[in-house]
Amino acid sequence: MRHSVFSLVANALTGNARWPRQWRAATPKPAYDAIVVGGGGHGLTTAYYLAKEHGLTNIAVVEKGWIGGGNVGRNTTIIRSNYMLPENSRFYELGMKLWEEMSQELNYNVMFSQRGVINLAHTSAQMDAFARRGNAMRLEGIDAELMTREEVAARLPGLDVSDRARFPIVGGMIQPRAGTARHDAVAWGYARAADKLGVDILENCGVTGFIRDGDRIVGVETTRGAIRAPKVGVAVAGHTSELMRLAGLDRLPIESHVLQAFVSEPLKPLIDTVVTFGAGHLYISQSDKGGLVFGGDIDGYNSYAQRGNMPVIRHVAAEAVSMFPNLARLRLLRHWGGVMDMSMDGSPIIDVGPVPGLYLNAGWCYGGFKATPASGFCFAHTIARDEPHALNAAFRLDRFAAGRTLDEKGIGPSPQLH
Amino acid sequence: MLIPCPHCGLRDLAEFTYVGDATRNRPILDAPEGDWADYLYLRTNPMGRHAEHWQHTAGCRSVLTVRRDTVTHEIFGATMAGTQA
Repeated sequence: MRHSVFSLVANALTGNARWPRQWRAATPKPAYDAIVVGGGGHGLTTAYYLAKEHGLTNIAVVEKGWIGGGNVGRNTTIIRSNYMLPENSRFYELGMKLWEEMSQELNYNVMFSQRGVINLAHTSAQMDAFARRGNAMRLEGIDAELMTREEVAARLPGLDVSDRARFPIVGGMIQPRAGTARHDAVAWGYARAADKLGVDILENCGVTGFIRDGDRIVGVETTRGAIRAPKVGVAVAGHTSELMRLAGLDRLPIESHVLQAFVSEPLKPLIDTVVTFGAGHLYISQSDKGGLVFGGDIDGYNSYAQRGNMPVIRHVAAEAVSMFPNLARLRLLRHWGGVMDMSMDGSPIIDVGPVPGLYLNAGWCYGGFKATPASGFCFAHTIARDEPHALNAAFRLDRFAAGRTLDEKGIGPSPQLH
Repeated sequence: MLIPCPHCGLRDLAEFTYVGDATRNRPILDAPEGDWADYLYLRTNPMGRHAEHWQHTAGCRSVLTVRRDTVTHEIFGATMAGTQA
């Protein structure tokens, strides 16, 4: 069924009780032309673009849980392309352009809201760094504007821009086209669109091993039986190391870390943009329901636990109150954790291999949500053509040994600091 | 998490700084480039029991080898780094 204003009205008048399933509950076939392991945002977009751009419609997405239950539904929904290195800028800007047409393309409202992302500066050196990054972005055709303290204050009435603030604000940088989207709708919309193109979405289907023919991977063993395919794409960020161990790779340039996210009780409209603290690490926006959605740094040590620890909660709360003193008595409604693939240079991996028949999409650190459409677009190209797209040619696995790391902040191989 | 520092006793996570994976062995200085790339960039990243270096930065400043479960966060013990557990 195609969604339109008429279908919305018709369903509203019948109590919203007659909406059909948005995708089939498919039964695994014994073989496909390609399998994508991982039914998160990246796996679903990969399947969608394999079917749409490369004509591969006899394919399956294998998901151990349910669609929307992993990191695609655990993030703080921020979308931006304000990177400095050209390889990252170009990739994330492709993503931004795909976000801008996503709702129309999928015939599914993902509530993409280009409300802008403001990075605050607290020192003149930070303003210089923003000028440099903003210029790098504009050279790539991406929007970026510096803001004075007065402009920041006008945009964010609740923000403490006084000289008494613990870290007084001197200005900021905004990417006006950046913003947020409803993350569940992104997962559901791509699942529905891929399903329409013939993709089988197999939920509750965990991979327990790989089927080999000599050196080659020719399928997966799952909790719902063996499924064969000449091409197997892996997009399971958070658990890449464990899954690749089943394929015989014991070590990767990845560590798993936990990132927490928070939602407060609902407030009247206070923040109509996304704003990030510059003297620490905090990003905050307000959802349509009124809750403040925010997060900070990863907890900082290896973890596969989908829950976090108190020090980060305290730290994030302190930062929020130092920015917006009127939040001091706000109560938290929910908080949760997601497991991140922290790569050794803070940039992702989309590549052919490292085993014949296998394709790898991993290492998204905690920036995977904004990359959802671009990641699927590039990974589908990589799987279909057996070589990376120009936009993910810098994201290959061998860049670490070759000394071509893409380290946006120049931190080095300390994944807990990216 | 509470980490049992051999000098200071059971202390809160917030007093410690995470250093990283303690299972890697630093190559000798003139080892081949590939060995150095492995050491710098590759991790086993286990789901379960792991050995890690933590520094007690707000305490005795010793670097410790902590044995910890990465799923349950249970800690099985801590020794001075460089000594056998």
